[in-house]
Amino acid sequence: MAGRYDDGVDAVSQPVVEVRDLQYAYPDGHPALRGLSFSIADGETVAIVGANGAGKSTILLHLNGCLMPQAGTVRIRDLPVSKRTLPDVRRTVGMVFQDPDDQLFMPTVYEDVAFGPLNLGLPAEEVDRRVMHALSIVGAVHLKDRPPYRLSGGEKRAVAIASVLSMSPTILVMDEPTSNLDPQARRRLIELLKTFEQTIIVATHDLDMAFDLCARTIVVKEGGILADGPSREILQDAALLAAGQLERPLGLQGCPVCSPPG
Amino acid sequence: MHMADALISPLVGGAMWAATAGLTAYGARKLKEKADDSMVPLMGVLGAFIFAVQMINFTIPGTGSSGHLGGGMILSILLGPCAAFLTMASVLTVQALFFADGGLLALGCNIFNLAFFPCFIAYPVIYRKIAGERPTRRRLAVGAVASSILALQMGALGVVLETLFSGISELPFSTFLFLMLSIHLAIGVVEGLVTAAVVTFVCKAHPEILEMAAVPRPPARPAMNNVLAGLLVVTVVTGGALSWFASANPDGLEWSMFHTSGKEALEAADQGPYALAARLQEKTAFLPDYGFRPVEQETATSGEGGAAAEAGKGKAEDWPDVSAGKSLSGLLGAAMTLLLAGLIGLGLRKSQQKR
Amino acid sequence: MEKTGSSLLDVTYLDTLSYQDTPVHRLDPRVKVLTTLLFIVCVVSFNKYELSALLPFVIYPVVLVALGNLPLGYLVKKVLLAAPFALLIGIFNPLLDRAVLIHLGSVEISGGWVSFASIMLRFVLTVSAALILVASTSFNAVCVALEKLGAPSAFTVQLLFLYRYIFVLADEAWRMVRARSLRSFGGRGMELKVSSLMIGQLLLRTLDRAQRIHRAMRCRGFDGEIRTVRRLRLGYRDLLFLVGCSALFLFMRLHDVPRWLGDTTMALMR
Repeated sequence: MAGRYDDGVDAVSQPVVEVRDLQYAYPDGHPALRGLSFSIADGETVAIVGANGAGKSTILLHLNGCLMPQAGTVRIRDLPVSKRTLPDVRRTVGMVFQDPDDQLFMPTVYEDVAFGPLNLGLPAEEVDRRVMHALSIVGAVHLKDRPPYRLSGGEKRAVAIASVLSMSPTILVMDEPTSNLDPQARRRLIELLKTFEQTIIVATHDLDMAFDLCARTIVVKEGGILADGPSREILQDAALLAAGQLERPLGLQGCPVCSPPG
Repeated sequence: MHMADALISPLVGGAMWAATAGLTAYGARKLKEKADDSMVPLMGVLGAFIFAVQMINFTIPGTGSSGHLGGGMILSILLGPCAAFLTMASVLTVQALFFADGGLLALGCNIFNLAFFPCFIAYPVIYRKIAGERPTRRRLAVGAVASSILALQMGALGVVLETLFSGISELPFSTFLFLMLSIHLAIGVVEGLVTAAVVTFVCKAHPEILEMAAVPRPPARPAMNNVLAGLLVVTVVTGGALSWFASANPDGLEWSMFHTSGKEALEAADQGPYALAARLQEKTAFLPDYGFRPVEQETATSGEGGAAAEAGKGKAEDWPDVSAGKSLSGLLGAAMTLLLAGLIGLGLRKSQQKR
Repeated sequence: MEKTGSSLLDVTYLDTLSYQDTPVHRLDPRVKVLTTLLFIVCVVSFNKYELSALLPFVIYPVVLVALGNLPLGYLVKKVLLAAPFALLIGIFNPLLDRAVLIHLGSVEISGGWVSFASIMLRFVLTVSAALILVASTSFNAVCVALEKLGAPSAFTVQLLFLYRYIFVLADEAWRMVRARSLRSFGGRGMELKVSSLMIGQLLLRTLDRAQRIHRAMRCRGFDGEIRTVRRLRLGYRDLLFLVGCSALFLFMRLHDVPRWLGDTTMALMR
């Protein structure tokens, strides 16, 4: 399956993620999100881009209840995110954090990937099945008995994704998945993500990946949404991106050899 | 400061292991009661922090040599006594396993010396008394320094006693004790200051960390701690000072025997059951005749028995008998009794709570 | 007790060794822990002047190093590095105990030297036994063994976390130390105040990291109890090892083998 370019949202199906007027300020008073709204349909691939401090990570943390909105609502599959619904929300939304070292805390890869299913209370055989399945999807079965600190950056990233996949989420949320990856590891990751059928939401600086993987892009600026639409349009609009303190993906800029800038 | 296996006897090692195992079980149970699930990853990471911190060494002012943070006190302040004890115990375990810093049999001793004293004694008894729940900067510093000093002194004393009781090393007790206590006094001051500085620094960014250590206690407890502190002081004073003045004259029983039969301790000591009992007593008494082996030994036959008896006789004349050994025995006997009583008490309370 | 960046490399190296696949590595970790402890207790239980009876105990480290494919030179170096402490305390023995114990022809050897040698021999035996345990058993397995042998899970779980994050934190600390050394000259910059600040910074980062880890755990359904799938199975080979070693240690403890060998040889020669 090459890139998935669904144009627009299927108006009939329920959005799996619905954010309305979300507001949030950090404990020190600094406002992070100033009332944003968007909704995401089942199976969509969405990139959330913006400058550092714009609020991308903060948005992601609201999607599985790590942060609670101070105003506005967040609904996952029509379930409002609240303390009571957290277990269900977290079963649906799988979050992959920026630093895999924060996420892989068990003594071996197998145990890390098994951590989620075990917490769901599944029996041992089912846990084993899910772990092996998740590891095979990301291509890390040969790593299953290794301790996480012996893995390379790319391997850690793959295992972190597996550790979330084993819970069978229908929505996958990732914060800077390609950071610190060497080019080949990055390529492998992008190709892997293209094979997934879950709804994918990615916060990233890697605009080339956004263009390659995600059909839709949301540009965030200073806690508000600057633009929200098909990646093909937004990521080619240099003026819009500049307003968001970004620039076009390198792949869309002129070839530096044939037509050097300036 | 870490004991090595080569210098301890199985009896000392085993006894300390038993004590440590009991404390670990106690700490784990208390932690479960508190049921704060964020504790375990925090404990592990802070343990790793202590390791990493030991790489950051500093020059000790005035001596020019370098030292580094031990960790017991800062962990206690951040985590509370039980979690800190378990964390410190695991740091020591990793040190023993990977760095040959202390032996495996001696691990019980080391955990007792370096984790029990700071976390379960110095912290509640000294630090909390001085600094309380929300300390000012000065109180924090004073509390940290005082408790660090106490913890390290007790740890140093522990090392000396364990070495002594094992009987493998010939280190002269008083010299060893003096050296250890004075060195660790300096280390204690420095560790206290660094601990205070670090905690103050971190509190500015995360004022809530001090609350993590707050242990919900039934109201009776603070009184208990006062009582404990008082008892400790009384024990030290009584055992130590008073026994210096214990009569050098023979004990009651021996005195009466002396007057009635004209011989001390019925010196039919070479025949029959008395001989056996006497030999048994010689072999098992830690501090035979409440004295100390003189620096030079006449013979090296069965080790303790013969030479110590001679030493004891030699000291019989002075009064007051300012023998370091005697006061230590008194101190020790009292401390051991207190400790045993405390452990039994804890054990009984635990079984009560289970019901 | 001084640790530098290189000693963390030590941990990494020992850790690498522990993942090899040899008959020794495949033994059940509980069995290895128990035999190591029994070994140490036997060695340490000798009278302080005992020398010859201690010697046969080297058979245990020697066999394990051989069967476990462990680097002898590296282990020797580690033992030597840790030796100064025992040396420092042990050296008082010959200084203070000068009564003559042994006559070798015209040479008189005092009790102090005998006990000193005994101390050093014990040291070598016990330290190598512990190192071999670590080099032949992955740390994860040691923790599982401890738990199955009765240690509370709160202790073993956080021990595993500690180990897991040593490398990460030591890396951060090492970077700070290196950055400082690049900017400090002639001893300035190494004072307490700077070090305290560095430690404070590291602590802040550590606390943040702990919070992120906890968050990641909760996102995967963590509710306070750490569940594991670790299973240990005792095979007959493991039991054989345990029983055999125990019997051997007890035999060597109760019988002075070198002396017996010497006597027998002398008797045979007549």
